[in-house]
Order: sequence, then C-alpha cells, then structure tokens
Amino acid sequence: MDKVSPAVGTESGQSAGSAPVVAVPVRHPGRWVSAVLIVVLIAMLVNGLVTNPNFQWAVVKQWFFSEPILKGLVVTLELTVIAMFIGVVLGVVLAVMRLSTNPIVSGASWVYIWFFRGTPVLVQLLIWFNLAALYSVVSLGIPFGPEFVTFNTNNLIAPLVAAILGLGLNEAAYMSEIIRAGILSVDQGQTEAAQALGMSRLKTMRRIVLPQAMRVVVPPTGNETISMLKTTSLASVIAVTELLYAAQIIYGRTFQTIPLLIVAVIWYLILTSILSGGQFYVERYFARGSVRTMPLTPIQKLRRRFGGAPLPPAREAPAPNLEGIR
Amino acid sequence: MSVPMVKAEGVRKSFGSVEVLSGIDLEVARREVFCLIGPSGSGKSTFLRCINHLEQVNAGRLYVDGELVGYRQKGEKLYELRDREVCAKRSEIGMVFQHFNLFPHKTALGNVIEAPIQVKGESKSVVIERGKKLLDRVGLGSKHDAYPRQLSGGQQQRVAIARALAMEPKLMLFDEPTSALDPELVGEVLDVMRGLAEDGMTMVVVTHEMGFAREVGDAVVFMDGGVIVESGSPREMLTNPQHERTKSFLSKVL
Repeated sequence: MDKVSPAVGTESGQSAGSAPVVAVPVRHPGRWVSAVLIVVLIAMLVNGLVTNPNFQWAVVKQWFFSEPILKGLVVTLELTVIAMFIGVVLGVVLAVMRLSTNPIVSGASWVYIWFFRGTPVLVQLLIWFNLAALYSVVSLGIPFGPEFVTFNTNNLIAPLVAAILGLGLNEAAYMSEIIRAGILSVDQGQTEAAQALGMSRLKTMRRIVLPQAMRVVVPPTGNETISMLKTTSLASVIAVTELLYAAQIIYGRTFQTIPLLIVAVIWYLILTSILSGGQFYVERYFARGSVRTMPLTPIQKLRRRFGGAPLPPAREAPAPNLEGIR
Repeated sequence: MSVPMVKAEGVRKSFGSVEVLSGIDLEVARREVFCLIGPSGSGKSTFLRCINHLEQVNAGRLYVDGELVGYRQKGEKLYELRDREVCAKRSEIGMVFQHFNLFPHKTALGNVIEAPIQVKGESKSVVIERGKKLLDRVGLGSKHDAYPRQLSGGQQQRVAIARALAMEPKLMLFDEPTSALDPELVGEVLDVMRGLAEDGMTMVVVTHEMGFAREVGDAVVFMDGGVIVESGSPREMLTNPQHERTKSFLSKVL
C-alpha cells in the first residue's frame, strides 16, 4: 500500500480490499496523427500569409487606422446598435401580439413576420431606398382625413435611414420568434403564481415572465447581433458609407482591392470577437437563480489557475449553502 | 352571524365537455381551517382555483367575504369584472401551490417583497422589514439571499407561504402544499401551517395529509366526481365515515 497515489483511493479507507487503481492508459495514435496534420496545414497557411506579396501587408497597415475606415467603422456600429434596438423592441411587441387571444392582433403579427422573413433583406433595403418612387410624400394626419404635416420622401428617407429601417424591421421579425420561444419556455405556474398575488398581465409579463424568458432569448440574440454586424455590409449597396463601402471607395480609387478587403475582414473579426465576449457576461447575468453555481469568468479561471488568492464569491450568485440542498 | 369568508352555491365548472364540478355548496367560516380531501380528479383543486378566479365558474355563485367572485351583479345581470378589479381581489387572497411556483430569478426575500411593492405600491423599506420577519417566522431567517434552486423543497414551500403572507391576505388557499415534498420534509411545512391556523388565519386546504386535517382542521369535505360526498367535523368523519365511498377512500389513505 505504499504506492498509493494521493488522488486515488484515499476516501474509501485503507482496507485491504480497496487497492489503488494503477493502470496503463489507452494509447490514442489517431490523435497524434491528426494533430500533426493540422499543425502542418496551419504552417502552410501562415507561410502563405507571410510570403505571398499580393497580400500587401504594408498597405493593410497603412489604411487600418485611416480616417475613412474608422468613420465607416463607426457607421457600422451605429447601424448595428440601432437596428438591433428596433429589432428587439419591436420583436417584444410582435411576440406579445402573436400570443394574444385576439385573432386580428395575432394575425397581424403573423403577417408581419411572414412578409419580413419571406423576402430577402437586400430586396427590402432596396425598396426602402427607393421608397420615394412609390410614395413621393409622407404625411401625418387623420386616416382618410386631413393631413397636418407633409414630408418629401427623398429628404426623409436618406440612405442611412433606409438602412436602419430595412435592417431593423427585418430583424424584428426574427427577434419576435426568438422572444416568443422564450416566453413559451417559462412555466405556466409562474404566470399563475404572479396572478394569484394580484399582479396585472402587464406586470406579470414585465416582472416575472420576460426576465425568465431572457435566459432562453439571450444566446440566439447574441447570434443575431453578430449576424447583424455582418449584414450591415449590405447597406453598402444603397450607398451607406459603412465599413465595407468605405473600403470599397478607397480601393475603387487605388485598386488595392485585397489589402482593403483584409482591413475590413480584420475589423469585422475584432468586433465579432468583442461581441462574443460580451455575450458570455450577459448570459451569465441572466443565468442567476437557474444554476446552483455560476460559470467562472475567464479572469476568475486565470486567477484560480495561477494566483493562490481565494476567489471572491460571485456577486450574482451567493455560494449555495449546502445544508439546504438534498 | 357574520358573513362567511367563502360561500359556494351550486358551483359548476366544465373543461370542454368534461364537467369537473357538478354543483358544489359549502361555507367556510372566518378563522376556520377548511380541508378538502378526495381522490385526484375529484375537482378539489379546480374548486380552490375558482375561489381566486384562476378558473371561471360556469354556473352557480361563489362569494368571498360576501362579494361575488369575478363578477358584479346588477339586478338580474352579471357583469364581468375588469382585469384591475380581479387583480385587486386576488391580492387579498393568498395561494400556495403544489409545485411552489417560486420566481427562480429572485432570491427568497425578492420573492416575498415582489407583490407588496408591485401590486400594493408599498415602500420598499417597509416591505423588506416585513419580508424578513416573515421569513424568520417560517424558519428561514438565514436564507434571505438564497435563490429558490438553492433551497430544499420544504424550504421553497415555506418561502412560498411567506410570499403569500406578505400581501397580508384575509384568506389563504393551499393546493396540496405537501404533495411534491419528500416525506421527511412534509412536517416542516405543516408546522408553519399549524402556526398560521393558531393565529386565526382562514384557510382552505386541499390535502392528502389526513393527520393534518384531523388535528388542525375545523371542517372537512370529501369530494368525488365533482360533488361533495360527505362533510363534517374532521374527528367524526375521518374516524367514522358514513358514506361507502368515503370509507373506501379513507381505508386506502389512512
């Protein structure tokens, strides 16, 4: 018994029947072969990136922080944020409408989703951009009655507004389905408990159902946001100077097509990476109460591995008191 | 004689073509612990849910504290109450569910203070004080910040009772409060309910705990197939049932 490793067999007592397990591990030659193969492929890729002069890394470097590119970047971010905001807010409204018992209200929501999910977003963008051809003026007034204010459509729907409307309204159709799934995932008993306490339908939805639906809603919404960030590049077609169009304008002049596209690619990758990181923290926040122990943040993991200092208890989830769990 | 807390006259309820309640008549006096027993599917839970209008009755009249549940009567005509009025009435009736239905995204204290703040508009500091006292009273003084998932079933149900009490209800409804609990944990919940009964709370309890009904109950009703088969004082009825159906049911559960 003098070869007992500390990790094995210490709990089950020292009786002669509980000999420690010392076994030869199974070999996995396949893993080594595949690892070597992938390393070789990566080496080839890196070699190509570095040695192929057509990438023109100097040009990439020259334009990476240039003013037009950074301005385009800001427009891309603005478009993403505003379109997602419209998408989420309108999506909640559409989801609640869809779950309404009034057939006209739920029907209207269904038709909206049917139309905006059923047509390509590029086509929608072009229609918004060319709205003036359809309605030359937009007026506010009483339906079928007098009009109070009238706007020229071409002034009202600038390219950026067309892009915001096109992307936001299209997103709302997708978001509403995500939010509806989230609402349906909350147990009926939650609504009953809230109603039994005298909470109104609206309060029940806002205070009890939606916060719990968030746990189901957040991961796909993160995907939607990342997808939206990339979809904003479609706005280049209607002359919105976002990241891609800013790059296109430059290479249209200098013919340095590939390096400028690489500038755009790197910026898109940076932004989507940041968004993925943010998604982790948002998911963690809405998971409170639904898991007994919170997943560690990357910083906490690093600290646990390298620093000797004990972890501070996560603020959102107090360490469970084990005596209560059976 | 004062108005009974709950009064049912010929209450009927159907789900589609299935009649679940086929004419229920009963009265629950103030400060009384009223137990509903019977096999599953006998309609006792449905009746309980009718009392706070989670289910609408199809026929008959149901009164709480002398007022019609869910409707207003003017002459011969009934008018449905508005959402806001239904909510106001529900806020005076506490309900405890078989599966607790605690809000999982809120702590124990968060569960307790939610409705008094949101529904009654009371100030947060007052409600927090009261909430802490209530949690102490149900024996969870050290669990204010625990989330429901970190609590045992018995602890969750006690939080649920505290949550209902935080609204300072005049009537408490219990829908099989111990049926989802490990046998070992039933006692702690029944103890809390016993304490409530001693403080004079009016309680309607759907239960399979015959011991509780006998010790704490002031009146007991045996339901089967949507009708009341037998009613009386717990001591008499549970020890010496008159009806054949009651006898066979009790012989199986006691």
